[in-house]
Amino acid sequence: MDFLPTLWFAIVAFFWAGYLFLEGFDLGVGMLMKLLARNERQRRVLLNTVGPVWDGNEVWLITAGAATFAAFPMWYASLFSALYVPLVLVLVALIFRAVAFEYRGKAHRQSSRNAWDWAICLGSFTAAFGVGAMLALTTTGLPLDANGDRVGGPFAWLNVQAVLGGLAVVAFALVHALAFVGLKTDGGLRERARRLIGRWLPIALLPMALWAVLVVVPAGKPVPVLLLGVAVLGGVAGWLANRRGAEGWSFAASGLFLLAGVASIFVAVFPVVLPSTIDPAFSLTVANASSSPYTLGLMSIIGAFGIPLVLLYQGWTYWVFRRRVSEAHIPAAHSVTPVV
Amino acid sequence: MDPLEIARWQFGITTVYHFLMVPLTIGLGIVVAVLQTVWVRTDREEYLRMTKFWGKLFLINFIMGVATGLVQEFQFGMAWNEYSRFVGDVFGAPLAMESLLAFFVESTFLGLWIFGWQRLPRLVHLACIWAATLASVFSAYFILVANSWMQHPVGVEMVDGRAVMTDAWAVFTNNTALVTFPHTIFGAFAVAGGFLIGIAWFHLYRRRAAGIDTVDATGHVVVGEDTAHGAGRDKTDHAVWLKSLRIGAVVAMVAFAGVALSGHAQAQLMFKQQPMKMAAAEAACHDGTGFSVLTIGNLKGNGATTCDDVVAVFELPGLLSFLANDNFTTEIPGVNTLLPQYQEKYGTHLPDDPMYGERAGQEINYLPLMEVTYWGFRLMITFGGLAAFAALVALWMVRKGTVPDNKWISRLAVFGILAPFGANSAGWIFTEMGRQPFVVAPNPTMDGSVDQVFMYTAAAVSPGVSAGEMLFSLIALTAVYGALAVIEVKMLVRYIRGGVPSAMPELAAAPPGDGGSDDDTPKDDGDVLAFAY
Ligand code: HDD
Ligand code: HEM
Ligand code: HEM
Repeated sequence: MDFLPTLWFAIVAFFWAGYLFLEGFDLGVGMLMKLLARNERQRRVLLNTVGPVWDGNEVWLITAGAATFAAFPMWYASLFSALYVPLVLVLVALIFRAVAFEYRGKAHRQSSRNAWDWAICLGSFTAAFGVGAMLALTTTGLPLDANGDRVGGPFAWLNVQAVLGGLAVVAFALVHALAFVGLKTDGGLRERARRLIGRWLPIALLPMALWAVLVVVPAGKPVPVLLLGVAVLGGVAGWLANRRGAEGWSFAASGLFLLAGVASIFVAVFPVVLPSTIDPAFSLTVANASSSPYTLGLMSIIGAFGIPLVLLYQGWTYWVFRRRVSEAHIPAAHSVTPVV
Repeated sequence: MDPLEIARWQFGITTVYHFLMVPLTIGLGIVVAVLQTVWVRTDREEYLRMTKFWGKLFLINFIMGVATGLVQEFQFGMAWNEYSRFVGDVFGAPLAMESLLAFFVESTFLGLWIFGWQRLPRLVHLACIWAATLASVFSAYFILVANSWMQHPVGVEMVDGRAVMTDAWAVFTNNTALVTFPHTIFGAFAVAGGFLIGIAWFHLYRRRAAGIDTVDATGHVVVGEDTAHGAGRDKTDHAVWLKSLRIGAVVAMVAFAGVALSGHAQAQLMFKQQPMKMAAAEAACHDGTGFSVLTIGNLKGNGATTCDDVVAVFELPGLLSFLANDNFTTEIPGVNTLLPQYQEKYGTHLPDDPMYGERAGQEINYLPLMEVTYWGFRLMITFGGLAAFAALVALWMVRKGTVPDNKWISRLAVFGILAPFGANSAGWIFTEMGRQPFVVAPNPTMDGSVDQVFMYTAAAVSPGVSAGEMLFSLIALTAVYGALAVIEVKMLVRYIRGGVPSAMPELAAAPPGDGGSDDDTPKDDGDVLAFAY
């Protein structure tokens, strides 16, 4: 197997995993705006735990898409066009979510604030579900013809795997966000997050584990099985850590569950990047979907320099904003009154 | 309905919309960074206020740029998948670099800037806004490299029917990109300049209308104060607006000089690289040297074969030759000369290839929509020129420290904000539609082998996506964008009318009972977040 395409497959998988890890909790926090927060001040606490970082997290999605375009144009072209309708919904969801983050606090009336809350909650849900469905489908297959184009109409992608993948990311995001809230807030929210993790974690991680099993078992390779084992251990460790009130460990463990789970899935499907359910001969693979060695070489140099840098300064941001946010820290809302 | 037509409308609408936010983000971002730098160095209160106020408007606009940019990134794969396959090897790279090297910096450091006001040391905080805004300039470079490659494909070779990169240096130093980049950045400054002038003028006028500022017998300003509602309308407030106005005027004039010079360089390249676009921009059927100021007649042309009944009513002789070729005599080829050349080189009919769908075998129309190119070119220059002229006049009118007490001039200044936006949109529409019928324009300056690197727009659209799906997304996105435009403008207007206190609530002594709907006041442990959503 060629080295550069394999490396870029790993890098693309890394961006997806990073996206799910990071935006995982801010999508989850978005959904918790309606599920966990009990009053205005708590909603603002939730919002401010992700305030400085959510946009940086979202760039992981953009980069996952752009890296796929650069390194595997065929994969980018076939996957995104085949999933046209769900991606439109994801985009609209992300648009509303982004705008709501910025504009919610600037709204004057409680009714508009409520509307923005719904935009954040439903936007986060739709984005998580859509991205989950897309990733599940790229690992389980789409009805693609020899040219890589979808056959069977706008909803040919809709199947059990897609729903499973969607649920997997939504449920994971919720638990991951609860762990994050436990780590980043104080007071009532922190308590409740902990209780909810204890109750829901085993169920919430199930769909993703199921999706992994669905991909890993037919592949019949040892490494993915091993990784899946690590993921399960991560889930169990997260639950135990939460019981003991070790919030940092609980968050880290849910992250480990995700990273190992995604790794097991991507390793299991390798070298296929997008299976065709019509004829395996039409499947896109690391070899037939990739860019030229020249382009991949160029991108590798850029990546070798750029990726560590991103990790470094994003890490620094999390350090700068490491303090817990509690209701006492939230200033009174100020409303803008026209002076002219 | 035809999926291709819908896809083109969708790309045009979403991209022009994205580019309403983009120039303001780039131009205003740099202005805010400079203002904050001045504040850090001089510690003068008015610069802090200017940083906060313009910074707030910058953020309200920025978020819309982010939200609409997401669509841009995905839609090549969604609606234009044949295009993505054809160019991915060379086109994906700048996009990926843009994300990795620019968007990450932009979003991360802007988050640090927004939330870091009291948490970071002053200089580090200042560095954050510089990192974020310079990254947005950097991102413009990368995306313009990608776009310029479509206008002038270089550094590639055809392998199995796909463009494959062979020379990254050629791609990233494409002469088209090197002239487009300054032109676009200066265009962004034109937008920022007009924005500063219009809003600052409005506030200065309102201060006069309210009788806060008056003028003495010599016409010089006598700055007054009205501190009934907090510090919002004190003497520093006057300095905020006057300085903003002057800075805006200078920025706008420098920007226009910049676009004119770089635009001249672009025209020279366009004359060599896309002669048909140049002819269409002039609606010139016959060869000539004049720049047409007004042309009437059937700008639609008559399909692919003739272009005859266009009449230039008023021409500036020699100017077109100067624009394109730096002298006054070289004849610029007109449409009637160019059409046979294009037909000979690239064929008269689309190949009978299934990739063209129903269009296979159809006659190719090499003439872009002349109404659009002709008027796009002129609107760009006119709007930009008017804005720069207005900036000059504004600078002169405020030489004695304030604006005239005149409602209509104030309204004109506010509406003038739109002119540079119009110039930018017109410029892009001209550039992109002038490239038709190609999505990747052929590169006539290269030797025969590379000449094969071009793609008709008709071949670029996703074959597997139905017209219904495209229509769904077109309607959904247009509706969402329309609704958000209303919300954004309302939000901007509210913050503008709130003046500086809208961005610095500490300046306004909050009138009682106006604390929003907050139930309980925070138990201030001396650690309330300086900035919070
Ligand atoms: C000349 C400049 C320019 C041009 C031609 C474009 N953009 Fe843009 N874009 C920017 C300049 C910019 C920016 C100034 O850097 C923005 C505006 C707001 C922001 O966050 O960054 C941005 C935002 C932005 C984002 C969101 C970034 C984030 O989340 O921080 C994406 C994904 C894109 N753009 C992608 C595109 C694509 C695929 C384009 C081509 C079709 C495009 N943009 C045209
Ligand atoms: C932000 C500024 C831009 C604006 C305002 C703009 C505007 C437009 C418009 C109006 C069209 C439609 C032309 C037509 O249908 O005849 C178009 C087409 C297109 N543009 Fe741009 N464009 C911009 C930047 C870009 C960039 C940076 C790229 C690539 C990186 C790009 C790629 C395309 C493509 C692929 C099409 C094909 C669709 C078509 O030809 O109809 N554009 N653009
Ligand atoms: C004397 C003034 C100007 C001249 C001679 C000029 C020239 C040009 C030319 C020749 C192009 C087309 C490039 C191509 O398609 O290859 C262009 C595009 C463009 N112009 Fe201008 N322009 C002028 C003023 C302005 C102003 C005032 C603005 C905005 C404030 C502006 C914004 C744009 C934009 C955004 C584009 C599309 C992007 C690009 O190709 O750079 N221009 N201009």
